[in-house]
Amino acid sequence: MISIDDIIETNEMITENKLDVRTITMGISLRDCAHPNMEQFCRNVYDKITKSAEFLVKTGEDIEAEYGIPIIHKRVSVTPIAIAADACKTDTYVPVAEAMDRAAKEIGVNFIGGFSALVEKGFTNGDRILINSIPQALAMTDVVCSSVNLGSTKTGINMDCVREMGEVIKRTAELTRDNDALGCAKLVVFCNAPGDNPFMAGAFHGVSEADKVVSVGVSGPGVVKHALEAKKGADFTEVAETIKKTAFKITRVGQLVAREASKRLGVPFGIIDLSLAPTPAVGDSVARIIEEMGIESCGAPGTTAALALLNDAVKKGGLMASSHVGGLSGAFIPVSEDEGMINAIKTGSLSLEKLEAMTCVCSVGLDMIAIEGDTSAATISGIIADEAAIGMINNKTTAVRVIPVPGKKVGDMVEFGGLLGYCPIVPVRNQYSSAAFIARGGRIPAPIRSLTN
Amino acid sequence: MKLVVTVVGKDRVGIIAMVSQILAENNVNILSINQNILDGYFNMILIAEISSSKIKLVDLQKKLRESGQEINVDIKAQHADIFNVMHNI
Repeated sequence: MISIDDIIETNEMITENKLDVRTITMGISLRDCAHPNMEQFCRNVYDKITKSAEFLVKTGEDIEAEYGIPIIHKRVSVTPIAIAADACKTDTYVPVAEAMDRAAKEIGVNFIGGFSALVEKGFTNGDRILINSIPQALAMTDVVCSSVNLGSTKTGINMDCVREMGEVIKRTAELTRDNDALGCAKLVVFCNAPGDNPFMAGAFHGVSEADKVVSVGVSGPGVVKHALEAKKGADFTEVAETIKKTAFKITRVGQLVAREASKRLGVPFGIIDLSLAPTPAVGDSVARIIEEMGIESCGAPGTTAALALLNDAVKKGGLMASSHVGGLSGAFIPVSEDEGMINAIKTGSLSLEKLEAMTCVCSVGLDMIAIEGDTSAATISGIIADEAAIGMINNKTTAVRVIPVPGKKVGDMVEFGGLLGYCPIVPVRNQYSSAAFIARGGRIPAPIRSLTN
Repeated sequence: MKLVVTVVGKDRVGIIAMVSQILAENNVNILSINQNILDGYFNMILIAEISSSKIKLVDLQKKLRESGQEINVDIKAQHADIFNVMHNI
């Protein structure tokens, strides 16, 4: 029999501590859509997406109502378009992004990911067309997300792509300058990108995935913080145990939702992404968990250790609660999407450089960081190279999603709206040039996997 | 399938009567009721068996929610599995 205390605890998590399932994401392969004619290819893409995910939103809403657990996003990810569209005789993939945008709006999802290229070792013709199409594609569409994987532990870092992506980010910012460079909020540059990540903007349907698959991303920073509030002064063994138990409970709900969604949609279950995904709402922040552990303001010395413990304990607790775990799995540290991070930037306790250190132990990387619009492409490429190097050497996923907002300076605020949030411009303190380094191009060789000091 | 109904709101005459009437009309069998009044606020958690009912869960949820709104109480009905999976291995 269910105990009354358990019912009260679960419902308090939902109503007081903002427990939710962050996303149900359907991955759809577009490998069977290939066609040399662009119009026909776009029709194939539109049809495959709208047929496969016709009932995704309705199913998500039904599960949400029946179990009383909010499911915030219903989304779709597709095969990286650079692969799916490689056979098209064309010099631009913008029409594909527009077809994805139409399909996503038709089925009612709020984002569609996969306007992507995997170029960690080199470019195909399709990869080059895709990367050149990104700025315009993101400016012409509303819900299409783009990502580029340019490094991995197995292959090293494609520095030609690092150079190009600095320029692509600048062009995207320029083309969407009327919306505070919103296009850049839909563009992620990865090292070691997973092919089963259900979270945007970096979701794409990996080439080794089944034709269709349903994955779920959980959340719950507010629940973890609430659990730690009852452990003031406890030692770290107890802190870790508390986080593990909470992560277990959160993930069990995610697993239930994933199982139901998979059954009702008739699509295989992929993975649960064990993530603490914050929102700009008060009480839904990863930074505030770090502060609950005893750091006065996120970014102060001790922050990286606190985040390391949090990230590890979330995985340990969540693993047993789910039959398959994957994606990014860990604590996200996006700046504009986390009320505590925003506050820490405002007070000056958190800097870009400290965030870089934190990405060594968090689940992804430098995320949703607005910087001055006149930051040079080479400096952005330098930031990308550093982040990719951290991922490559540490065998983990890292990413960069920076937004150089045209016309904005340190001290200004940027509003992206909704869950993308808002944040002050974060200073890039070091003004010395990376241009000659970035201009070299070529590839950084794959790293050694022993002698790991 | 078991259903968990939680009712919270300012106390008044007839809350339990109203909830149990809606459940009875729809052939939903009540298994347990836990109810108390705290500072004038009514709190109830009711567990029921819904398997022999013909009404769809979403329709029953709507009926309970709307009836609750009429007398200023918040009524939530949830599939019991969310509590089972979270608290039991």
